[in-house]
Amino acid sequence: MSDHKGSYFQRDRDWHPPAYTPDYKTSVLRAPRQALLSLDNTISEMTGPVFGHDVLGPRDDDLITNWAKTGDAIGQRIVVHGRVLDENGRGLPGVLLEFWQANAGGRYRHHKETYHAALDPNFGGCGRAITAQDGSYRFRTIKPGAYPWPNRVNDWRPAHIHFSVFGHAFAQRLVTQMYFEGDPMIWQCPIVGTIPDKRAVEQLIAALDRQNTTHMDALAYKFDIVLRGRRSTLFENRMEGN
Amino acid sequence: MVQRLDYLKESPSQTAGPYVHIGTNPNWVEITGVWNGDLGLVLVGPDTKGERILVTGRIFDGLGKPLNDALVEIWQADADGLHNSPEEKRGRADPHFAGWGRQPTHRETGEFRFETVKPGRVPYVDGRPMAPHITVYIVARGINIGLHTRLYFADEAAANAECPVLNRIEHPARRETLVARRGEEGGLPVYTFDVHLQGHHETVFFDV
Repeated sequence: MSDHKGSYFQRDRDWHPPAYTPDYKTSVLRAPRQALLSLDNTISEMTGPVFGHDVLGPRDDDLITNWAKTGDAIGQRIVVHGRVLDENGRGLPGVLLEFWQANAGGRYRHHKETYHAALDPNFGGCGRAITAQDGSYRFRTIKPGAYPWPNRVNDWRPAHIHFSVFGHAFAQRLVTQMYFEGDPMIWQCPIVGTIPDKRAVEQLIAALDRQNTTHMDALAYKFDIVLRGRRSTLFENRMEGN
Repeated sequence: MVQRLDYLKESPSQTAGPYVHIGTNPNWVEITGVWNGDLGLVLVGPDTKGERILVTGRIFDGLGKPLNDALVEIWQADADGLHNSPEEKRGRADPHFAGWGRQPTHRETGEFRFETVKPGRVPYVDGRPMAPHITVYIVARGINIGLHTRLYFADEAAANAECPVLNRIEHPARRETLVARRGEEGGLPVYTFDVHLQGHHETVFFDV
């Protein structure tokens, strides 16, 4: 029997990027240098905020229309769908996903953006979804463009969508990025390159999903997200109520 | 050969980047009308129980420059030490207090600021009480994986001295990096929690 109510599996820090990654230059002054303090999960980390469907607006999951002024956003229309799972392989319901991205030309709608590509007057670039009972989610958007960024003289980001993920506990909090199958620029990117293990990078590459395209409308990409799993409580030595 | 364990791997983290606010605080970057308001700006309402406090601070890089593009989240217990979460098994938290807040750091000053309530005490794994604290989570451009830390309160010296988490920090001087100093602003206690990413005063960050 395993009811998975125990503490969360230790985070595999060799699978995640380390803090200090000099090829991604901004990390040099922003990376803590001291060892992290290992902390057994307490109630403070094993709880977390819950977001109900009441926070969502009717078009939060459609970036093609949710900021449209005169027509649909320009670009390759895609559906991104998948499941949020934990490391035990269980679908996680009620997970708030927030996503943001550049437009089809690779331009963000943000005051710090300096890239020459044009803004799309019909594209804001943000969306949200909450996972269903089986952990599934989906949203519609346009495929973002690649863009240059100030790091080394000629660095470009591969096309990507940012994800912020709230699991069931603050210990599961995760911010990551999704890349697109077949993009050669993934393997040239210093931010992707902060991840030490090629298999871990591959975990962030969404697969082109021809089974789920929408006829005469949108391509589909499948992107599963895995959050930390929980131990079974069966033999766990914890005080009542912990 | 042995049987396969078949655990999945956690998705690896990637930096939130410089444009994180588009996804978390779109109204703050003039992407208005997509959703009504940015989540997490307000923690307390007129019916929230407990002592009102302000929490403020800045996040400094290794050369002492405040980050003006970071995103700060806080998560805390209510005034009675209960979290507003289905995972809270010890009782029902104040329904008028979400316990979660989120703010971008200010574009010029780098300051973050929350109005909240002072949290009650929460037990450690073995049941001993931890000192009152607020969990703090920071993401930003240049931060590859979100940073977890805790804010403790300078006017809780006795509780801090017996907190099992603070006492796990080997060097007493480093414990001080987690203790917010107390002041007053407009009749409310204000606790200042400056985070140092590097240097002699580097904040203690947790592997939770």
